[in-house]
Order: sequence, then C-alpha cells, then structure tokens
Amino acid sequence: MLVCAAFALAFFYVPTDADQGFSQRIFYLHVPVALTAYACFGWGAWKALLHLWKRREGADLESYVAIHIGVIFGILTLATGSIWARISWGKWWVWSEKQLVLFLVLFLFYSAYFMLRFSIEPGPQRANLCAVYALFGVVLIPVSFLAIRLAQNFIHPVVFTRDGPQMAASQFATFCVCLAAMLALAATLYMVELTGKRLDEQLRELRELLA
Amino acid sequence: MTRWLGDVRALARKDLLLELRGRDTLPAMLLFVVATLVVFHFALPAGSSDLAAQGLLWVALLFTALLGLTRAFVAERDQRLLDALVLAPCDRSAIWAAKGLAVLAFLAGAEIVALPVFALFFSGLTWQTVAGVALADLGIAAVGTLMSAMAAAGRARELLLPLLFLPLAIPIVIGGVGASVADHPGRYLGFLALYDVVFAIICWASFEYVVTE
Repeated sequence: MLVCAAFALAFFYVPTDADQGFSQRIFYLHVPVALTAYACFGWGAWKALLHLWKRREGADLESYVAIHIGVIFGILTLATGSIWARISWGKWWVWSEKQLVLFLVLFLFYSAYFMLRFSIEPGPQRANLCAVYALFGVVLIPVSFLAIRLAQNFIHPVVFTRDGPQMAASQFATFCVCLAAMLALAATLYMVELTGKRLDEQLRELRELLA
Repeated sequence: MTRWLGDVRALARKDLLLELRGRDTLPAMLLFVVATLVVFHFALPAGSSDLAAQGLLWVALLFTALLGLTRAFVAERDQRLLDALVLAPCDRSAIWAAKGLAVLAFLAGAEIVALPVFALFFSGLTWQTVAGVALADLGIAAVGTLMSAMAAAGRARELLLPLLFLPLAIPIVIGGVGASVADHPGRYLGFLALYDVVFAIICWASFEYVVTE
C-alpha cells in the first residue's frame, strides 16, 4: 500500500522539475531503490558479523537472503539510473557517474558472492566463507566510493549536501514516503524469502528423517 | 609477538624453499607478464598515447598476480597440508601472513623483470609508477591470499578466484593508474596505502574463519 501511495505522490503530487521536466520523477524511484540496496547490503553484513562473532543460529541464511534482496534492488538501481542518464544526458551509460559505477562494482562483487556460495557444499565452512566475503562487501563500499570519487569529475547531481537536502518541502516529503515504501517493500520481500528458505530447510530435514 | 613472527618466518621460508626447488610459479609469472606486454603492444593501435600503455601495464600486473595467486594454495590443497597447518599450535593469521609474504615475493620477482621490460617496450618509467606498484603489491598480496584460501574451498577453484578477487581489485587499479598518470600522485598513493591498511586489517582478522569451521 505504501508503495502505491509513493508512486501516486511521485507521479501526481510533486511539481514537475523546471530543468529536467517529467523525467526528474524517476528520482523518486532511483534514489530510494539505491538507498534500500545499501541498507540490504549493510543488513546482510551485520548478520554475517553476528554469525562470525556470536555464532547465532540462522544468521548465515538471513545474511544471504538480505544480500539476495540487495542485489535485486541493485539491478533496479542500475536500470533506473541508466534510463535516467539516457533521458537527461543522452547516453545509456556515463562513466563519470560515480554512483552508478559504484553500483556496478558492487553488483560484480555480490554476483561473485553467489558464485562462492553455490560452489561450496552447504555446511559451517560455507557459512563462514560467505560471512567473511559479505563483510568485505561493506568495507568495499566506502573504499570504492573514495576511489571513484578520486578518479572522476562530477556530473552526477548531488542532492544531499552538508547543508541538508536541496529540495522543496513537498519534494522532500514525497522522497521520504518513497524511501519508506522501498524499505518496506524490501523488508517484506526479505521476510517472504526467509520464510520460504526456512520452510525449504525444514522440509528437507523432514524428508531426511522419513527416508 | 615474537612467536607469531617466528611462525610467519618459518612458513614463508617453507613456501620460498618449495618454489626454489620446484620452480613452478615464478617462471610462469615472468613468461606470462612479458607475453602480455607483447600482446598489449600489438593491441594498441599505432599512435596511441603513452597514457593508454600506462593503463595496460596495470592490467598486465593484475593478471600476473592472479596467475600467482591461483597457485598459492595448490600445495596445501593437493597434499591436505592446510588441515595440518590449522591443527598446528600457531596463530592462524600467521598462515595468512606467511602466504602473503610468499605471494609478495613472487610478485616482486615478476615485477623486477616486468617493469624494465615495460620501460623498454613502451614509454619509460616514472618513480610514481614504481611507488604505486609497490603499494599496490601489498594490497594485492593481502587480499589475494585470503581470496585464494577462500577459492580453494570451492569446487571450481581456478574459476572462482578471479571472480572473487577482481571486484576487490578495482580500487587498486583506480589508485594505481591514477598514481601513474596524475600530475600530483600524492592523493592516489595515499589512497593505495589506505587500501592496504584497511584490507590488511580485515584479512588478518578474518583469516581464522576462512580455514576453520
């Protein structure tokens, strides 16, 4: 429901951007999706840390599911960012767009996470390796951000500066609703996926017991 | 601390001795890097700028490092040595540090040849490139050793390592190329040093979990 409200606000309520016109509305999708992806990666890494540190049962699975959802949102970010870049800068891919490049690096990184996960037999060792790799991910985010920032000139519009958000109140309200909607969507997906995976596991155990 | 250093020295010595007797890794890396540079010479169209060659040097070095890293845990895996090392009464991070030192030594050996060859084939060499390579080597050895240990646990080991390592190496390439071509390389060299420190710390802290269950 929150998602519907967010889309309605983004399309009808917010005044059209004077400079970029209608296409600026994708901002309300692109940026919340990107922030949600970061949140998922962060959550996955936190669960990984819990697994390594406290040896909490099930933290490995939770970490994996969070990263799974994060990758889906990451792909969405890449797609929406690319469409936006096409409309406002005339190119599908702009290398000087540092946020998108960062997402590409992260996307490659987390795809490798899946490769790692699926090439090892399930068990405590797989859980450990995946947790360590997930922790590398959250360290990689700021490091690559710094690297990309060092390497490039800026044409990405920066909305959030040190003086607070640079937008009108109605825009900011819509943005917050959109962000909340995306986070809620991610959380729902996370719960659904987690329940599914747990069911799978229980089913497998049952089958083994019966066999 | 002295015990830890002693363990590291003994383990690194073992790796270097193995290489000295078997000579599997270093000659392969040397040949590979020279061959790659020759390929790059022909891959660059005539009249390409020196800047492009500087970038390709980093590609060549990265792939050479990858070649060495794939071999890093071969002996441990084939002879089931890693289990014995984990059982040994030493800090597990000593295994990582020793292996990293051995990788660093191989890498340095390959580069002592590769950099003059690059200078000969292409545009010459500046001190900032050498400094960048030296700093990048530390990061490559630290992160690469851990990734190599991780990949050794998987089914498709040789395939897995580049996938795991390359995304983590992108910041190294950015910093290294920046240090080679920028007018003021200080920022880039500083970034490479930061990368080394940050990743060395987390590799050191997390290696234990990679080899134990």
